[in-house]
Amino acid sequence: MSGIRFDGVTVGVFVFFFALVTVLGFVASRWRRGDLSQLSEWGLGGRRFGGFVTWFLLGGDLYTAYTLVAVPALVYAVGAYGFFAMPYVILVYPFVFMTMPRLWNVCRKHGWVTSADFVAGRFGSRGLALAVAVTGILATMPYIALQLVGLDVVFKAMGFGTLGIGRETPLIIAFVVLAVYTYSSGLRAPALIAFVKDAMLYIAVIAAIIIIPMQLGGYGAVFDAARDAFAAKGGATGLVLKPEQFTAFATLALGSAFALFLYPQATTATLSAKSAETIRRNAIWLPAYSIMLLLVSLLGYMAIAANIHVSDNSMVAPALINVSFPPWFAGFCFAAFALGALVPAAIMAIGAANLFTRNIWRPYVNRDMSDASESRMAKNISLLVKFGALAAVLFLPTKFAIDLQLLGGIWVLQIFPAVICGLFTRWLRPGPLLLGWAVGMVVGTTQPVLHGLAPVYTFTAGGSHIGIYTGLLALAINLVVAALATLVAAAMGRGTQVDRTRPADYEDAVE
Amino acid sequence: MRTLSRWLPIILLLPCIALLWVPFYNRIEPQIGGFPFFYVWLVGWTVITAALTWLVWRVQKRARS
Repeated sequence: MSGIRFDGVTVGVFVFFFALVTVLGFVASRWRRGDLSQLSEWGLGGRRFGGFVTWFLLGGDLYTAYTLVAVPALVYAVGAYGFFAMPYVILVYPFVFMTMPRLWNVCRKHGWVTSADFVAGRFGSRGLALAVAVTGILATMPYIALQLVGLDVVFKAMGFGTLGIGRETPLIIAFVVLAVYTYSSGLRAPALIAFVKDAMLYIAVIAAIIIIPMQLGGYGAVFDAARDAFAAKGGATGLVLKPEQFTAFATLALGSAFALFLYPQATTATLSAKSAETIRRNAIWLPAYSIMLLLVSLLGYMAIAANIHVSDNSMVAPALINVSFPPWFAGFCFAAFALGALVPAAIMAIGAANLFTRNIWRPYVNRDMSDASESRMAKNISLLVKFGALAAVLFLPTKFAIDLQLLGGIWVLQIFPAVICGLFTRWLRPGPLLLGWAVGMVVGTTQPVLHGLAPVYTFTAGGSHIGIYTGLLALAINLVVAALATLVAAAMGRGTQVDRTRPADYEDAVE
Repeated sequence: MRTLSRWLPIILLLPCIALLWVPFYNRIEPQIGGFPFFYVWLVGWTVITAALTWLVWRVQKRARS
């Protein structure tokens, strides 16, 4: 079954929910109204979001349309290996619990809006801050483009490709809507829409994991079908991992967990919380989303059991929805998926705009910017970022965005020493950190490019193969270089730059 | 109490070990509710990790006040 179907009811329900949410986006600027001419108001929602909103905002960040499409597709194709996303999202929250409250505290204390702001203040180095900002923007751009790819898949599943209008028209409409409400409402728009999006997504996923296995004869039957399919397929597939996949699986999970909160959109969502305590509570409750990710991943196995055959694996989840649900509910699910593209894309564009304005334009081009012009600049940049992503998806092959996103994950890991280690110690010096970053970027870019854009580097020792996630490998080299260069600098008796933070700035303020 | 709240976060390394050492759970049997053990382990550690994080949070909160 191909699962591509044009149905008036599906499209009608889809358009209804999409329009409803668009209206919400415009209402958002009035919600907890603030002075939107301040960057921390437009770009961080005034740092007033409580636990509940932060939960949706962070969750909305993670469970993007691309995740919903790509994870079931990978599971459908290879099985257990596609589940590396599970240890990844389980490990990310203890990591957030230990690190992000410190970042929140110090940024609040100094009025910082981005991780590069923090690095500039902590290490007294504009160059290092620039590296952090550029890396963040580079890593985010393809991520935004991939949200469009996710949206495109949904449109395809609804059969828009079979009509005369082509796939571009709905994509352009959806993105213009997104761009306009983010421009006018800032972070409040995705925060408000994230409620609706996630409520819809939970309904869609819970229905899917109850109803679809019932149609297929229970989970036992689903796993049996998948096991037989992988046995027939052979190679590195199966319900459990092959021994040669162990290290790749583990390092991909760990590297991705380290990378997630280095992305600008995660920083933006973190800093918009109203207190460090809000972030801690979220680290405890966000795992509820992880369970949902597991269930979404299982859609890949259900698609095998349901005999779904698609020309492009990314169509697996939407095709399964089309064949399993009545048209109206399929429309509801597709609307949830599409909103799953728009919410993260909005937060990403805001995060990238904050970085560009605060850490590139202000220090290097116009040092005497007023707060109002800073906020205006960020709004315009968020537009530019989104249309750049739209153009990339319309005019470049999809594979380009996917490859760049893979590289983006490797790149963003290279700011780990400055941002995360920097939260605990400034033993590593700014010059050496910059050197380590540069080496990490070069290694992390050339290795995948030379090896057919595979994210895993394979060591061969004594006939056995050990695969390591390139991002983590580049990070290790980066850290070693930074540490050695720091020792050299210290031995040469070089002085250090001024640290504008004090130890107490990282702790919760005493009330 | 201070010392405890300072060192307790070490328990957050448990999920790292449990999940990154794949041989612990790379098996089909025993199955629970039709789910192979591999998947049961992943769900189980999602819950355990949240519980451990909660424990550290409680102890640190008490130490702060």
